[in-house]
Amino acid sequence: MSLLQVKEVTHSYGSRSIFNWKDRSKKVLSDISLSIEEGTCLGLLGKSGAGKSTLGKVILGLERPQNGQILFQGHDIYTADNHIRKKIRRNLQVVFQDSYSSVNPRMTAERIIAEPLENYEKLTVAEQKRTIVELLERVGLSEVDLKKYPHQFSGGQLQRINIARAISLKPKLIVLDESVSSLDMVNQTLILELLRELKEDFGLSYFFITHDIKSAYTISDTLGVLEKGELVELYGSKNQFFTSEHPVVKEMRGSILAEHPRYRSVRTREKHTKSI
Amino acid sequence: MLGTEHPNVLQVSDLHVHVKSNNGINTLVQDINITLKRGKILGLVGESGCGKTVTSMSILQLLDRKTKTIEGSIVVKGRELNGLDDKEMRKIRGKDIAFIMQNPMNAFTPVFTIGHQFIETIRSHTQWNKKQATEIAIEAMHHVNLPNPVKLLKYYPFQLSGGMLQRVMIAIAACLHPAVIIADEPTTALDVNNQKIVLRHLDKIRSEYGSAILLISHDLGVISEMADEVAVMQNGKIVEKADVFQLFDEPQHEYTKKLLNARSILHLDEPIIHFA
Repeated sequence: MSLLQVKEVTHSYGSRSIFNWKDRSKKVLSDISLSIEEGTCLGLLGKSGAGKSTLGKVILGLERPQNGQILFQGHDIYTADNHIRKKIRRNLQVVFQDSYSSVNPRMTAERIIAEPLENYEKLTVAEQKRTIVELLERVGLSEVDLKKYPHQFSGGQLQRINIARAISLKPKLIVLDESVSSLDMVNQTLILELLRELKEDFGLSYFFITHDIKSAYTISDTLGVLEKGELVELYGSKNQFFTSEHPVVKEMRGSILAEHPRYRSVRTREKHTKSI
Repeated sequence: MLGTEHPNVLQVSDLHVHVKSNNGINTLVQDINITLKRGKILGLVGESGCGKTVTSMSILQLLDRKTKTIEGSIVVKGRELNGLDDKEMRKIRGKDIAFIMQNPMNAFTPVFTIGHQFIETIRSHTQWNKKQATEIAIEAMHHVNLPNPVKLLKYYPFQLSGGMLQRVMIAIAACLHPAVIIADEPTTALDVNNQKIVLRHLDKIRSEYGSAILLISHDLGVISEMADEVAVMQNGKIVEKADVFQLFDEPQHEYTKKLLNARSILHLDEPIIHFA
Protein backbone atom coordinates (compact mmCIF):
# COMPACT_ATOMS: atom_id res chain seq x y z
CA MET A 1 0.00 0.00 0.00
CA SER A 2 1.21 3.45 -0.85
CA LEU A 3 1.96 5.86 1.96
CA LEU A 4 -0.14 8.56 0.41
CA GLN A 5 -2.77 8.28 -2.26
CA VAL A 6 -4.46 11.18 -3.95
CA LYS A 7 -7.62 9.99 -5.68
CA GLU A 8 -9.39 12.06 -8.32
CA VAL A 9 -9.06 15.32 -6.45
CA THR A 10 -10.87 18.32 -7.87
CA HIS A 11 -10.87 21.70 -6.25
CA SER A 12 -11.92 25.21 -7.17
CA TYR A 13 -11.80 28.62 -5.58
CA GLY A 14 -14.43 31.33 -5.73
CA SER A 15 -17.95 32.03 -4.61
CA ARG A 16 -21.06 30.20 -5.62
CA SER A 17 -23.90 31.40 -3.47
CA ILE A 18 -27.60 31.54 -4.22
CA PHE A 19 -27.21 35.24 -5.01
CA ASN A 20 -24.50 34.48 -7.47
CA TRP A 21 -26.44 32.59 -10.05
CA LYS A 22 -23.53 32.49 -12.41
CA ASP A 23 -20.77 30.09 -11.53
CA ARG A 24 -17.72 32.31 -11.04
CA SER A 25 -15.53 29.72 -9.42
CA LYS A 26 -12.13 28.96 -10.85
CA LYS A 27 -11.00 25.40 -11.13
CA VAL A 28 -7.51 25.04 -9.68
CA LEU A 29 -7.20 21.27 -9.54
CA SER A 30 -9.01 18.89 -11.81
CA ASP A 31 -9.04 15.17 -11.38
CA ILE A 32 -5.61 14.70 -9.82
CA SER A 33 -4.56 11.17 -8.95
CA LEU A 34 -1.12 10.23 -7.71
CA SER A 35 0.58 8.25 -5.00
CA ILE A 36 3.76 8.43 -2.94
CA GLU A 37 5.50 5.26 -1.81
CA GLU A 38 7.28 5.00 1.52
CA GLY A 39 10.85 6.27 1.43
CA THR A 40 10.57 7.99 -1.94
CA CYS A 41 10.31 11.55 -3.12
CA LEU A 42 7.72 12.78 -5.58
CA GLY A 43 8.69 16.03 -7.25
CA LEU A 44 5.94 18.25 -8.58
CA LEU A 45 6.91 20.75 -11.25
CA GLY A 46 4.77 23.55 -12.60
CA LYS A 47 4.67 27.23 -13.41
CA SER A 48 3.43 29.77 -10.93
CA GLY A 49 -0.33 29.58 -10.70
CA ALA A 50 -0.50 25.98 -11.88
CA GLY A 51 -2.03 24.82 -8.59
CA LYS A 52 1.07 23.26 -7.04
CA SER A 53 0.68 24.85 -3.63
CA THR A 54 -3.04 24.17 -3.55
CA LEU A 55 -2.35 20.48 -4.05
CA GLY A 56 0.18 20.70 -1.21
CA LYS A 57 -2.43 22.24 1.07
CA VAL A 58 -5.01 19.65 0.09
CA ILE A 59 -2.58 16.87 1.00
CA LEU A 60 -1.74 18.51 4.31
CA GLY A 61 -5.40 18.67 5.25
CA LEU A 62 -5.50 22.45 5.18
CA GLU A 63 -7.88 22.78 2.27
CA ARG A 64 -10.70 20.31 1.86
CA PRO A 65 -11.12 19.42 -1.82
CA GLN A 66 -14.58 19.53 -3.37
CA ASN A 67 -14.22 16.07 -4.81
CA GLY A 68 -11.88 13.18 -4.33
CA GLN A 69 -10.00 11.60 -1.47
CA ILE A 70 -6.62 11.86 0.20
CA LEU A 71 -5.62 8.55 1.75
CA PHE A 72 -2.73 8.53 4.19
CA GLN A 73 -1.76 4.97 5.11
CA GLY A 74 -5.22 3.99 3.93
CA HIS A 75 -7.14 6.52 6.05
CA ASP A 76 -9.04 9.38 4.45
CA ILE A 77 -7.52 12.41 6.16
CA TYR A 78 -10.71 14.45 5.96
CA THR A 79 -13.19 11.89 7.26
CA ALA A 80 -11.11 9.79 9.68
CA ASP A 81 -11.83 9.73 13.44
CA ASN A 82 -10.19 12.40 15.55
CA HIS A 83 -7.61 10.14 17.15
CA ILE A 84 -6.53 8.86 13.74
CA ARG A 85 -6.37 12.39 12.37
CA LYS A 86 -4.15 13.38 15.27
CA LYS A 87 -1.82 10.53 14.40
CA ILE A 88 -1.87 11.50 10.72
CA ARG A 89 -0.96 15.09 11.53
CA ARG A 90 2.03 13.90 13.44
CA ASN A 91 3.23 11.94 10.47
CA LEU A 92 2.60 14.70 7.98
CA GLN A 93 4.83 17.77 8.25
CA VAL A 94 5.58 20.75 6.07
CA VAL A 95 8.39 23.19 5.24
CA PHE A 96 7.46 26.35 3.32
CA GLN A 97 9.44 28.65 1.06
CA ASP A 98 9.59 31.70 3.30
CA SER A 99 11.57 30.52 6.29
CA TYR A 100 11.16 33.75 8.22
CA SER A 101 7.38 33.90 8.12
CA SER A 102 7.15 30.23 9.09
CA VAL A 103 8.40 30.96 12.60
CA ASN A 104 7.24 33.18 15.43
CA PRO A 105 9.74 36.07 15.61
CA ARG A 106 9.31 36.23 19.39
CA MET A 107 10.35 32.65 20.01
CA THR A 108 13.89 31.35 20.33
CA ALA A 109 15.07 28.47 18.17
CA GLU A 110 14.65 26.18 21.18
CA ARG A 111 10.99 27.07 21.64
CA ILE A 112 10.28 26.87 17.91
CA ILE A 113 11.51 23.29 17.76
CA ALA A 114 9.97 22.43 21.14
CA GLU A 115 6.42 23.21 20.02
CA PRO A 116 5.59 19.97 18.22
CA LEU A 117 7.40 17.98 20.93
CA GLU A 118 5.27 19.59 23.64
CA ASN A 119 2.13 18.75 21.70
CA TYR A 120 2.89 15.10 21.08
CA GLU A 121 5.61 13.80 23.37
CA LYS A 122 5.63 13.73 27.13
CA LEU A 123 9.28 14.52 27.74
CA THR A 124 10.97 15.85 30.84
CA VAL A 125 12.67 19.23 30.58
CA ALA A 126 16.12 17.67 30.35
CA GLU A 127 15.04 15.07 27.78
CA GLN A 128 13.38 17.69 25.65
CA LYS A 129 16.45 19.90 25.66
CA ARG A 130 18.63 16.96 24.73
CA THR A 131 16.30 16.06 21.86
CA ILE A 132 16.36 19.64 20.58
CA VAL A 133 20.14 19.84 20.70
CA GLU A 134 20.32 16.53 18.81
CA LEU A 135 17.93 17.86 16.18
CA LEU A 136 19.92 21.08 15.80
CA GLU A 137 23.10 19.12 15.37
CA ARG A 138 21.39 16.84 12.88
CA VAL A 139 20.57 19.81 10.62
CA GLY A 140 24.04 21.34 10.94
CA LEU A 141 23.50 23.87 13.73
CA SER A 142 24.73 23.64 17.30
CA GLU A 143 23.85 24.14 20.95
CA VAL A 144 24.90 27.81 20.87
CA ASP A 145 21.99 28.51 18.53
CA LEU A 146 19.38 27.41 21.09
CA LYS A 147 18.76 30.85 22.53
CA LYS A 148 18.90 32.80 19.29
CA TYR A 149 15.90 34.52 17.75
CA PRO A 150 14.86 34.13 14.09
CA HIS A 151 16.31 37.50 13.02
CA GLN A 152 19.75 36.37 14.18
CA PHE A 153 19.81 33.57 11.61
CA SER A 154 20.38 33.74 7.85
CA GLY A 155 17.74 32.40 5.49
CA GLY A 156 19.56 29.11 5.06
CA GLN A 157 20.04 28.60 8.80
CA LEU A 158 16.43 29.40 9.51
CA GLN A 159 15.34 26.92 6.88
CA ARG A 160 17.40 24.32 8.78
CA ILE A 161 15.44 25.17 11.92
CA ASN A 162 12.20 24.69 9.99
CA ILE A 163 13.48 21.32 8.84
CA ALA A 164 14.50 20.41 12.41
CA ARG A 165 10.99 21.24 13.57
CA ALA A 166 9.48 19.19 10.74
CA ILE A 167 11.53 16.08 11.56
CA SER A 168 11.22 16.42 15.36
CA LEU A 169 8.32 13.95 15.55
CA LYS A 170 9.90 11.53 13.08
CA PRO A 171 7.14 11.93 10.51
CA LYS A 172 6.51 9.70 7.51
CA LEU A 173 5.92 12.40 4.90
CA ILE A 174 7.14 15.98 4.59
CA VAL A 175 5.59 18.39 2.12
CA LEU A 176 8.34 20.72 0.88
CA ASP A 177 6.66 23.68 -0.77
CA GLU A 178 9.40 25.61 -2.62
CA SER A 179 11.58 25.00 0.43
CA VAL A 180 14.88 25.83 -1.25
CA SER A 181 13.72 28.31 -3.88
CA SER A 182 14.59 31.51 -2.03
CA LEU A 183 18.06 30.41 -0.98
CA ASP A 184 21.26 31.16 -2.83
CA MET A 185 22.95 28.45 -4.83
CA VAL A 186 25.41 27.29 -2.18
CA ASN A 187 22.72 27.03 0.48
CA GLN A 188 20.33 25.33 -1.93
CA THR A 189 22.85 22.60 -2.54
CA LEU A 190 23.58 22.19 1.17
CA ILE A 191 19.89 21.97 2.11
CA LEU A 192 19.15 19.50 -0.70
CA GLU A 193 22.06 17.42 0.50
CA LEU A 194 20.70 17.53 4.07
CA LEU A 195 17.23 16.53 2.88
CA ARG A 196 18.66 13.61 1.00
CA GLU A 197 20.58 12.42 4.08
CA LEU A 198 17.51 12.73 6.30
CA LYS A 199 15.46 10.80 3.79
CA GLU A 200 17.85 7.89 4.00
CA ASP A 201 18.36 8.03 7.77
CA PHE A 202 14.70 8.20 8.74
CA GLY A 203 13.13 6.54 5.70
CA LEU A 204 11.23 9.75 5.01
CA SER A 205 9.05 10.45 2.01
CA TYR A 206 8.85 13.88 0.42
CA PHE A 207 6.34 15.69 -1.69
CA PHE A 208 8.64 18.24 -3.26
CA ILE A 209 6.85 21.18 -4.86
CA THR A 210 8.96 23.50 -6.98
CA HIS A 211 9.26 25.38 -10.23
CA ASP A 212 12.99 24.72 -10.34
CA ILE A 213 13.74 21.76 -12.57
CA LYS A 214 17.30 21.36 -11.29
CA SER A 215 16.42 20.97 -7.62
CA ALA A 216 13.45 18.73 -8.44
CA TYR A 217 15.69 16.52 -10.51
CA THR A 218 18.30 16.36 -7.76
CA ILE A 219 16.06 15.12 -5.00
CA SER A 220 13.14 13.31 -6.61
CA ASP A 221 12.63 9.69 -7.47
CA THR A 222 9.39 10.20 -9.35
CA LEU A 223 8.25 13.38 -11.03
CA GLY A 224 4.93 14.96 -11.94
CA VAL A 225 4.16 18.01 -14.05
CA LEU A 226 1.19 20.20 -13.23
CA GLU A 227 -0.18 22.65 -15.77
CA LYS A 228 -3.31 24.74 -15.23
CA GLY A 229 -4.60 22.41 -12.54
CA GLU A 230 -4.09 19.26 -14.54
CA LEU A 231 -1.47 16.64 -13.96
CA VAL A 232 -0.24 16.46 -17.53
CA GLU A 233 2.63 14.06 -16.95
CA LEU A 234 3.59 11.63 -14.20
CA TYR A 235 6.87 9.80 -14.49
CA GLY A 236 7.88 6.68 -12.63
CA SER A 237 11.48 7.66 -13.23
CA LYS A 238 12.65 11.25 -13.27
CA ASN A 239 14.78 10.71 -16.36
CA GLN A 240 11.66 10.35 -18.48
CA PHE A 241 11.27 14.10 -18.07
CA PHE A 242 14.13 14.60 -20.49
CA THR A 243 12.70 12.41 -23.22
CA SER A 244 9.07 13.44 -22.96
CA GLU A 245 7.56 15.07 -26.04
CA HIS A 246 4.73 16.82 -24.21
CA PRO A 247 4.66 20.52 -25.27
CA VAL A 248 4.52 21.79 -21.67
CA VAL A 249 7.52 19.70 -20.71
CA LYS A 250 9.39 20.77 -23.83
CA GLU A 251 8.81 24.39 -22.93
CA MET A 252 10.05 23.74 -19.42
CA ARG A 253 13.19 22.06 -20.66
CA GLY A 254 13.81 25.02 -22.92
CA SER A 255 13.85 27.33 -19.92
CA ILE A 256 16.72 25.57 -18.17
CA LEU A 257 19.74 27.85 -18.00
CA ALA A 258 23.05 26.62 -19.31
CA GLU A 259 25.44 24.94 -16.89
CA HIS A 260 28.43 26.18 -18.82
CA PRO A 261 28.88 29.19 -21.15
CA ARG A 262 29.56 26.74 -23.97
CA TYR A 263 25.88 25.79 -23.97
CA ARG A 264 24.46 29.26 -23.62
CA SER A 265 21.45 30.07 -25.74
CA VAL A 266 20.53 33.62 -24.73
CA ARG A 267 23.57 35.31 -26.23
CA THR A 268 23.76 33.06 -29.26
CA ARG A 269 25.31 35.61 -31.60
CA GLU A 270 28.57 35.70 -29.71
CA LYS A 271 28.47 32.04 -28.85
CA HIS A 272 31.04 31.00 -31.39
CA THR A 273 33.37 33.96 -31.23
CA LYS A 274 34.78 32.83 -27.93
CA SER A 275 34.89 29.09 -28.32
CA ILE A 276 37.68 27.20 -26.72
CA MET B 1 26.22 60.64 -26.81
CA LEU B 2 27.73 57.45 -25.54
CA GLY B 3 31.29 58.67 -25.34
CA THR B 4 33.29 56.72 -27.82
CA GLU B 5 36.31 58.44 -26.31
CA HIS B 6 35.71 56.43 -23.14
CA PRO B 7 35.72 52.75 -24.01
CA ASN B 8 35.47 52.06 -20.29
CA VAL B 9 32.02 53.35 -19.50
CA LEU B 10 32.30 52.39 -15.87
CA GLN B 11 35.50 52.28 -13.90
CA VAL B 12 35.50 51.51 -10.21
CA SER B 13 38.87 51.69 -8.53
CA ASP B 14 39.89 50.88 -4.97
CA LEU B 15 36.36 51.00 -3.68
CA HIS B 16 36.01 50.57 0.08
CA VAL B 17 32.77 50.87 2.00
CA HIS B 18 32.81 51.20 5.77
CA VAL B 19 29.89 51.29 8.14
CA LYS B 20 29.90 53.04 11.48
CA SER B 21 28.10 51.22 14.24
CA ASN B 22 28.13 51.14 18.02
CA ASN B 23 30.90 48.57 17.90
CA GLY B 24 33.19 50.76 15.85
CA ILE B 25 33.85 50.74 12.14
CA ASN B 26 33.13 47.67 10.00
CA THR B 27 34.29 47.18 6.46
CA LEU B 28 31.60 45.93 4.10
CA VAL B 29 33.54 45.77 0.85
CA GLN B 30 37.19 46.42 0.12
CA ASP B 31 39.57 46.75 -2.83
CA ILE B 32 36.92 46.56 -5.50
CA ASN B 33 38.28 47.23 -8.97
CA ILE B 34 35.90 46.81 -11.88
CA THR B 35 35.99 48.05 -15.46
CA LEU B 36 33.03 47.78 -17.72
CA LYS B 37 33.36 48.27 -21.47
CA ARG B 38 30.66 49.44 -23.83
CA GLY B 39 28.26 46.64 -24.78
CA LYS B 40 29.85 44.12 -22.44
CA ILE B 41 28.42 42.21 -19.51
CA LEU B 42 30.33 41.75 -16.28
CA GLY B 43 28.90 39.14 -13.96
CA LEU B 44 29.31 39.55 -10.23
CA VAL B 45 28.84 36.29 -8.33
CA GLY B 46 28.89 35.37 -4.67
CA GLU B 47 26.89 34.01 -1.78
CA SER B 48 24.20 36.08 -0.12
CA GLY B 49 25.77 38.62 2.21
CA CYS B 50 29.11 38.87 0.41
CA GLY B 51 28.71 42.51 -0.59
CA LYS B 52 27.36 42.31 -4.15
CA THR B 53 24.47 44.63 -3.48
CA VAL B 54 26.56 47.04 -1.39
CA THR B 55 28.90 47.39 -4.37
CA SER B 56 26.05 48.24 -6.71
CA MET B 57 24.48 50.62 -4.22
CA SER B 58 27.75 52.46 -3.76
CA ILE B 59 28.12 52.90 -7.52
CA LEU B 60 24.70 54.55 -7.51
CA GLN B 61 25.55 56.48 -4.34
CA LEU B 62 22.43 55.14 -2.72
CA LEU B 63 23.97 54.22 0.62
CA ASP B 64 23.13 56.27 3.68
CA ARG B 65 26.01 58.71 4.02
CA LYS B 66 25.40 59.28 7.71
CA THR B 67 26.46 55.78 8.61
CA LYS B 68 28.43 54.58 5.60
CA THR B 69 31.52 56.01 3.99
CA ILE B 70 32.55 55.26 0.44
CA GLU B 71 36.24 55.53 -0.44
CA GLY B 72 37.75 55.18 -3.87
CA SER B 73 36.73 56.35 -7.27
CA ILE B 74 33.71 55.56 -9.42
CA VAL B 75 33.96 56.98 -12.92
CA VAL B 76 31.07 56.79 -15.37
CA LYS B 77 31.71 58.10 -18.89
CA GLY B 78 34.68 60.04 -17.63
CA ARG B 79 32.86 61.61 -14.71
CA GLU B 80 33.67 60.99 -11.04
CA LEU B 81 30.56 60.02 -9.10
CA ASN B 82 31.88 59.49 -5.60
CA GLY B 83 31.10 62.52 -3.49
CA LEU B 84 28.70 64.06 -5.99
CA ASP B 85 25.78 65.79 -4.29
CA ASP B 86 22.26 64.39 -4.39
CA LYS B 87 20.97 66.84 -6.94
CA GLU B 88 23.66 65.97 -9.48
CA MET B 89 23.36 62.26 -8.74
CA ARG B 90 19.65 62.35 -9.43
CA LYS B 91 20.39 63.51 -12.98
CA ILE B 92 22.68 60.54 -13.50
CA ARG B 93 20.53 57.81 -11.98
CA GLY B 94 18.04 56.56 -14.50
CA LYS B 95 19.75 58.34 -17.38
CA ASP B 96 23.40 57.30 -17.44
CA ILE B 97 23.07 54.45 -14.97
CA ALA B 98 19.89 52.46 -14.86
CA PHE B 99 19.09 50.06 -12.06
CA ILE B 100 17.07 46.87 -12.32
CA MET B 101 16.11 45.53 -8.94
CA GLN B 102 15.63 42.01 -7.70
CA ASN B 103 12.03 42.21 -6.67
CA PRO B 104 9.85 43.93 -9.25
CA MET B 105 6.87 43.78 -6.90
CA ASN B 106 8.54 46.15 -4.43
CA ALA B 107 10.28 48.36 -6.96
CA PHE B 108 7.13 50.17 -8.05
CA THR B 109 4.95 52.45 -5.97
CA PRO B 110 1.65 50.65 -5.50
CA VAL B 111 -0.40 53.86 -5.52
CA PHE B 112 0.49 55.08 -9.03
CA THR B 113 -0.12 53.45 -12.39
CA ILE B 114 2.72 51.95 -14.42
CA GLY B 115 2.27 54.76 -16.94
CA HIS B 116 2.61 57.47 -14.29
CA GLN B 117 5.88 56.02 -13.06
CA PHE B 118 7.19 55.35 -16.53
CA ILE B 119 6.46 58.84 -17.83
CA GLU B 120 7.80 60.47 -14.68
CA THR B 121 11.15 58.78 -15.25
CA ILE B 122 11.32 59.89 -18.86
CA ARG B 123 10.23 63.47 -18.21
CA SER B 124 12.57 64.08 -15.31
CA HIS B 125 15.53 63.52 -17.61
CA THR B 126 14.31 65.08 -20.86
CA GLN B 127 12.46 68.08 -22.26
CA TRP B 128 9.70 65.96 -23.75
CA ASN B 129 6.08 66.68 -23.00
CA LYS B 130 3.64 64.16 -21.69
CA LYS B 131 2.43 63.04 -25.08
CA GLN B 132 5.91 62.48 -26.43
CA ALA B 133 6.95 60.68 -23.25
CA THR B 134 3.94 58.39 -23.55
CA GLU B 135 4.97 57.51 -27.08
CA ILE B 136 8.49 56.74 -25.94
CA ALA B 137 7.11 54.56 -23.14
CA ILE B 138 4.86 52.64 -25.52
CA GLU B 139 7.71 52.07 -27.91
CA ALA B 140 10.01 50.88 -25.13
CA MET B 141 7.35 48.45 -23.92
CA HIS B 142 6.86 47.15 -27.45
CA HIS B 143 10.55 46.53 -27.51
CA VAL B 144 10.43 44.06 -24.62
CA ASN B 145 7.42 42.25 -26.18
CA LEU B 146 4.86 43.46 -23.69
CA PRO B 147 1.42 42.92 -25.15
CA ASN B 148 -0.88 45.93 -25.49
CA PRO B 149 1.31 48.65 -23.93
CA VAL B 150 -1.35 51.37 -24.15
CA LYS B 151 -3.57 49.38 -21.83
CA LEU B 152 -0.68 48.32 -19.59
CA LEU B 153 0.21 51.94 -18.88
CA LYS B 154 -3.13 52.36 -17.14
CA TYR B 155 -2.60 49.36 -14.89
CA TYR B 156 -1.38 49.39 -11.32
CA PRO B 157 1.66 47.27 -10.44
CA PHE B 158 -0.34 44.64 -8.54
CA GLN B 159 -2.35 43.88 -11.66
CA LEU B 160 0.69 42.51 -13.46
CA SER B 161 2.63 39.32 -12.88
CA GLY B 162 6.21 39.40 -11.63
CA GLY B 163 7.64 38.51 -15.03
CA MET B 164 5.70 41.28 -16.76
CA LEU B 165 6.65 43.85 -14.12
CA GLN B 166 10.28 42.91 -14.50
CA ARG B 167 9.96 43.50 -18.23
CA VAL B 168 8.36 46.88 -17.53
CA MET B 169 11.32 47.70 -15.30
CA ILE B 170 13.72 46.71 -18.07
CA ALA B 171 11.76 48.91 -20.47
CA ILE B 172 12.02 51.87 -18.07
CA ALA B 173 15.70 51.22 -17.56
CA ALA B 174 16.36 50.96 -21.27
CA CYS B 175 14.20 53.75 -22.69
CA LEU B 176 16.78 56.47 -22.08
CA HIS B 177 19.58 54.35 -23.52
CA PRO B 178 21.80 54.38 -20.44
CA ALA B 179 25.53 53.78 -20.69
CA VAL B 180 25.45 51.40 -17.75
CA ILE B 181 22.72 49.10 -16.50
CA ILE B 182 23.13 47.59 -13.07
CA ALA B 183 20.97 44.49 -12.84
CA ASP B 184 20.85 43.22 -9.27
CA GLU B 185 19.54 39.63 -9.34
CA PRO B 186 17.15 40.49 -12.19
CA THR B 187 15.66 37.01 -12.45
CA THR B 188 15.90 35.62 -8.94
CA ALA B 189 12.35 36.54 -7.97
CA LEU B 190 10.93 35.16 -11.19
CA ASP B 191 9.46 31.88 -12.23
CA VAL B 192 11.99 29.73 -14.11
CA ASN B 193 9.86 29.96 -17.23
CA ASN B 194 10.20 33.74 -17.26
CA GLN B 195 13.91 33.89 -16.53
CA LYS B 196 15.12 33.25 -20.02
CA ILE B 197 12.63 35.68 -21.54
CA VAL B 198 13.81 38.46 -19.24
CA LEU B 199 17.46 37.66 -19.91
CA ARG B 200 16.83 37.74 -23.66
CA HIS B 201 15.33 41.21 -23.42
CA LEU B 202 18.20 42.41 -21.30
CA ASP B 203 20.62 41.15 -23.93
CA LYS B 204 18.61 42.79 -26.70
CA ILE B 205 18.94 46.16 -24.94
CA ARG B 206 22.67 45.60 -24.64
CA SER B 207 23.20 44.71 -28.27
CA GLU B 208 20.99 47.49 -29.62
CA TYR B 209 21.96 50.43 -27.44
CA GLY B 210 25.45 49.32 -26.51
CA SER B 211 24.73 49.57 -22.81
CA ALA B 212 27.24 47.92 -20.52
CA ILE B 213 25.66 45.66 -17.91
CA LEU B 214 26.83 44.87 -14.42
CA LEU B 215 24.96 41.63 -13.79
CA ILE B 216 24.75 40.61 -10.16
CA SER B 217 23.59 37.08 -9.47
CA HIS B 218 24.21 34.08 -7.28
CA ASP B 219 22.92 31.83 -10.03
CA LEU B 220 25.76 30.49 -12.14
CA GLY B 221 23.22 29.56 -14.79
CA VAL B 222 22.42 33.23 -15.34
CA ILE B 223 26.11 34.07 -15.41
CA SER B 224 27.00 31.37 -17.91
CA GLU B 225 24.17 32.47 -20.18
CA MET B 226 25.03 36.15 -20.13
CA ALA B 227 28.43 37.26 -18.95
CA ASP B 228 31.60 38.13 -20.88
CA GLU B 229 33.67 38.45 -17.76
CA VAL B 230 33.01 37.29 -14.23
CA ALA B 231 34.14 38.65 -10.87
CA VAL B 232 33.74 36.34 -7.90
CA MET B 233 33.12 38.00 -4.55
CA GLN B 234 33.64 36.58 -1.10
CA ASN B 235 33.40 38.43 2.21
CA GLY B 236 33.49 41.84 0.58
CA LYS B 237 36.47 41.17 -1.69
CA ILE B 238 36.82 40.17 -5.29
CA VAL B 239 38.76 36.92 -5.11
CA GLU B 240 38.89 36.08 -8.78
CA LYS B 241 38.21 37.84 -12.05
CA ALA B 242 38.34 36.10 -15.41
CA ASP B 243 36.76 35.57 -18.78
CA VAL B 244 33.59 33.52 -18.37
CA PHE B 245 34.90 30.54 -20.32
CA GLN B 246 38.17 30.54 -18.49
CA LEU B 247 36.42 30.78 -15.13
CA PHE B 248 34.16 27.82 -15.81
CA ASP B 249 36.95 25.72 -17.31
CA GLU B 250 39.87 26.56 -15.07
CA PRO B 251 38.79 28.19 -11.84
CA GLN B 252 41.83 29.41 -9.93
CA HIS B 253 40.58 30.36 -6.50
CA GLU B 254 39.36 27.77 -3.98
CA TYR B 255 36.13 29.66 -3.43
CA THR B 256 35.34 29.72 -7.16
CA LYS B 257 35.88 25.98 -7.25
CA LYS B 258 33.52 25.60 -4.33
CA LEU B 259 30.85 27.62 -6.11
CA LEU B 260 31.23 25.64 -9.29
CA ASN B 261 31.05 22.40 -7.35
CA ALA B 262 27.87 23.49 -5.66
CA ARG B 263 26.50 23.62 -9.17
CA SER B 264 27.81 20.35 -10.51
CA ILE B 265 26.25 18.30 -7.71
CA LEU B 266 23.09 18.69 -9.77
CA HIS B 267 24.48 16.21 -12.35
CA LEU B 268 22.49 17.73 -15.14
CA ASP B 269 25.13 18.24 -17.77
CA GLU B 270 24.18 15.42 -20.08
CA PRO B 271 20.47 15.98 -20.67
CA ILE B 272 20.82 19.75 -20.96
CA ILE B 273 23.23 19.58 -23.83
CA HIS B 274 20.66 17.68 -25.77
CA PHE B 275 17.60 19.68 -25.08
CA ALA B 276 18.48 23.22 -24.13
